[in-house]
Amino acid sequence: MPDKARVRATINGEPADFLCEPRQSLLEVLREELKLTGTKEGCNNGNCGACNVLLNGLLVNSCLVLAVEADGAKVETIEGVMGPQGLHPLQTAFLENAALQCGICTPGFIVAAKALLERKPKATEAEIRHWCAGNLCRCTGYDKIVRAVLDAETRMGEGQ
Amino acid sequence: MRAFDYAAPKSLNEAVSLLSRRGDRARVLSGGTDLIVQVREKRRDLDLMVDVKNIPELSEIRYEPAAGLALGASVACSRIYEHPVVSRVYPGLVDAAFLIGGIQIQNRASLGGNLCNASPAADSIPALIAHRAICVIAGPNGGRELPVEQFCVAPGRNALQAGELLVSFRIPAPPPRFGANYIRFIPRNEMDIAVVGCGASLTLREDLKTIAEARVALGAVAPTPLLVAEAASALSGSAFSSESVDRAAIACQAAARPITDMRGTAEYRRHLVGVLTRRALLKAFERAQEAANAR
Ligand code: FES
Ligand code: FES
Repeated sequence: MPDKARVRATINGEPADFLCEPRQSLLEVLREELKLTGTKEGCNNGNCGACNVLLNGLLVNSCLVLAVEADGAKVETIEGVMGPQGLHPLQTAFLENAALQCGICTPGFIVAAKALLERKPKATEAEIRHWCAGNLCRCTGYDKIVRAVLDAETRMGEGQ
Repeated sequence: MRAFDYAAPKSLNEAVSLLSRRGDRARVLSGGTDLIVQVREKRRDLDLMVDVKNIPELSEIRYEPAAGLALGASVACSRIYEHPVVSRVYPGLVDAAFLIGGIQIQNRASLGGNLCNASPAADSIPALIAHRAICVIAGPNGGRELPVEQFCVAPGRNALQAGELLVSFRIPAPPPRFGANYIRFIPRNEMDIAVVGCGASLTLREDLKTIAEARVALGAVAPTPLLVAEAASALSGSAFSSESVDRAAIACQAAARPITDMRGTAEYRRHLVGVLTRRALLKAFERAQEAANAR
């Protein structure tokens, strides 16, 4: 059995220091060791986006990152999306537009959409759909999700 | 996943010696979008992953107008298409980098990984061939270079010898009046594996009509990506016209050795080869004219 590696990372702005085996994915460590269970496992092979996190500011599938690769990195998960004032406008928009049913895909969509809106606050419907091509939802049919993201753009534009 | 060791060397020498010591029990980890899935699904067995992303030569993008591009084998796709110069000078690479997976994959997957994985349907390989990319390889006996079109030897198998690793691509600076394009056919809009892919590049003479040089490469129609020399000869020296493009398309259809699988029949693929060759050449031609006019 290979030795456990020590990993020091910043997760949602807080320092994290943990031991893991090289074979453990970042997703597994977030959920099982650090108890950050907001990040979901859908496919565990890079197809569904339920496990989306930001790694050094880039959107990635955490099921396709080894936890040891996160040493020295900045990781942002769904748990870091809510601000001190409460829900993020995207979270409010998902609720008010009924953009979720079972909810398994929702953290991944919100993490992805937040990354998009930070680069493109006025992303078009086509840009939203393209950006979210790596996120699968088996329940909603996507339309409500796209509408929620557009609605969040409006809310954020109004500075609510 | 089965247990394995992990190492993240900071130099090429260190990486080569790790790979030489562990032989085929070691494998290079770049973006992990193929390798991690293969190990998890028990399609690949290994004892050591050698993460090469901390090695400067593998993660650099260095462009000089005379020398061309040194593109580290581990550079993620999104860094390629977001690079202000590379995205302008190497349009075929950008087409491919922008098609591979979704954003999450593009932020991790590299052209070096895509090539080493040696899938017949890999999107970046025909584009690299169209741009005349050369593989820069390091190994226990020093370095060597190999044109991309000679790198894949069979589905999933590449030309690397024991202890060797792909360091970077050396891609010449395109001549004036050059254009390139990569397109693929998939039955939906995003996130799929090419049924057929085609990379093409053209260099025009000063009249902006006559083709000085051409390169056409195909994906997903043979055990390895194919450079179709007959298509290039059908075009070189001719005016860009529907006749010359047809000759190239027919040459590509003749060179293709497609199989029938769940993504399409051999007959369908051969048809697609003709369609995609024409479209890729037209786009490359338009881009060559744009490049000339932008000067
Ligand atoms: S769980 Fe990672 S992409 Fe589906
Ligand atoms: S709400 Fe169930 S998968 Fe999207």
